[in-house]
Amino acid sequence: MNAVKKAIRDVYGDTLAQLGRENPDIVALDADVGSSSKSIVFGKEFPKRYFNVGVAEANMVAMAAGLATAGKIPFANTFAAFMVLRAADPVRSLIAYTGLNVKLAGTYAGLSDSYDGASHHAIADIAFMRALPNMTVVSVSDPVEAELATRAVAEFKGPVYLRLSRAEVPVVLDKATYKFEIGKGVTLREGNDLTIVATGYMLVKALEAAEILADKGIRARVVNIHTIKPIDRELLIASARETGAIVTAEEHNVYGGLGSAVAEVLSQGCPVPMEVVGVNDTFTESGDYEKLLAKYGLSAANIVAHAEKVLKRKD
Amino acid sequence: MSLSKARKDYLEGLCQRLRQDLIKLLYSIQTGHPGGSLSSTEIMTTLYFEKLRVDPKNPKDPNRDRFILGKGHAAPMLYQILSERGFFPQDDLATLRQLDSHLQGHPCAKKTCGVELSTGPLGLGLPAGLGMAMAARLDNKDFRTYVLMGDGELQEGIVWEAAMSAAKFGADNLLVIVDNNGVQLDGTVAEIMPMGDIAAKWQAFGWNVISIDGHCVEAVSDAIDLAATVKGKPTVIVAKTVKGKGVSFMEGNSAWHGKPISKDEYVNAMKELGVNV
Ligand SMILES: Cc1ncc(C[n+]2csc(CCOP(=O)(O)OP(=O)(O)O)c2C)c(N)n1
Ligand SMILES: [Mg+2]
Repeated sequence: MNAVKKAIRDVYGDTLAQLGRENPDIVALDADVGSSSKSIVFGKEFPKRYFNVGVAEANMVAMAAGLATAGKIPFANTFAAFMVLRAADPVRSLIAYTGLNVKLAGTYAGLSDSYDGASHHAIADIAFMRALPNMTVVSVSDPVEAELATRAVAEFKGPVYLRLSRAEVPVVLDKATYKFEIGKGVTLREGNDLTIVATGYMLVKALEAAEILADKGIRARVVNIHTIKPIDRELLIASARETGAIVTAEEHNVYGGLGSAVAEVLSQGCPVPMEVVGVNDTFTESGDYEKLLAKYGLSAANIVAHAEKVLKRKD
Repeated sequence: MSLSKARKDYLEGLCQRLRQDLIKLLYSIQTGHPGGSLSSTEIMTTLYFEKLRVDPKNPKDPNRDRFILGKGHAAPMLYQILSERGFFPQDDLATLRQLDSHLQGHPCAKKTCGVELSTGPLGLGLPAGLGMAMAARLDNKDFRTYVLMGDGELQEGIVWEAAMSAAKFGADNLLVIVDNNGVQLDGTVAEIMPMGDIAAKWQAFGWNVISIDGHCVEAVSDAIDLAATVKGKPTVIVAKTVKGKGVSFMEGNSAWHGKPISKDEYVNAMKELGVNV
């Protein structure tokens, strides 16, 4: 595995600024966390197209909606937790309802703002955003994908929730060959015993888990679902049919996120034994990021354990 | 009643030691928010050691005064004060922000003895505090509710919804203290979202306003006493403070809102606070 690590938020900030250079309609907003979200990189270069509204997330998102009605392409930035919790109403009533072309960049998602604690972790954001008609939900796994996804989201017409991380994560995707297309999952490793379906940083853990399983003689397929909505039904159903068992992995509550989305597809399209790895419907806590992930089951070891469990359920 | 010379000296000495301990603690864990902890030191110390009717031996006494840290990121200073006051052992402080600690990055009422309300997401402290104040009224209890807020926090719309409500309900058992340090996360308040005349804003919302120097323990003490005499409306103390107070390179600098302290910075900060390390 490539050892190079980069912070997702840094890649996002640089990409947003680059997009700003390419397209004068792109504007950015932040709610007093620009130095954390890295929207400040855009703000420094394009001060006139950058609106820091202070600690006022609902105001920011409603303002973004207004900008979009006049043809701007607003990127609204705050912590994922506050994007869904504080700005929920304008996200739904203005942006999703009308299908406005606003990009909601929720940074520090999952447990990635680890030391700040449960109050700042976001483990219900996918559930909320996914439940809104018209909303597209994209979740970023590694630095390569951070750049490609941010670009694709800017070009996409319509409301998008872009789920970003604070963490420094290893580069696992090959920039030269990786194709990012909204709505299309990507098979990153072949295998026929089961499929691990992952999103966000859990993709890195899933690839680690597949290595561990390979040492045990179990061949796991690994699928990256970067677009949680609309989800790639065809790929999921094919994977279920060909491997006969599924484990999902996400940095989110086990309710309402990737696991739920995959179960919704497979229960109708190709029911097979399935296990869900995620935060087990509990509030998290402060601590070192990797230690936290391990404690809450968001680890390669726990994916392996669930893979072994699901294989026992497979005929 | 004004502070005696002895009490004033005691509180000032305590504030100085709490600042030293804070820098030591945040240096050791390499995470946490120094700026907003240092600006609120005198306010929280005066409250907990002079004013609040709280009893660590009976922390859930229904008649206790309530303190809410609206600006939850100043948790390190709150925790130091709570442990100094006897709510939990001082040794626990070293576990701040670490796995399995009861001391969360932001206050958690479910985990930490003495924490009245879970905070961190800014702006929720005041409306919850108003609810506590109304409960006191319904139960004919004379406890008072205190809410400490940041000046950046005041930008959340819900703060002003609560401010209107508190005035409507004549919540004279509710006291807000604004840690008016002029700095928020991304920069100064003037740069990020100019707040204009904060005292005038509260006044226009129907509040009694007292403006003080938030680093003067006597002023804090006197203002709290004065607020208690005002009937029929809520009071806000607008306390002029300095973010990062006591460490010159942190003072007034938003970079020190929440940033790890390096070895050199630690040595220099401690020297300024009167300790050679
Ligand atoms: C709802 C919400 N939005 C954003 C944040 C992130 N944040 C934490 S502190 C802070 C700035 C607060 O400034 P201020 O209230 O002035 O605090 P102080 O200067 O006293 O530290 C921000 C934006 C948050 N905690 N909650
Ligand atoms: Mg401030």
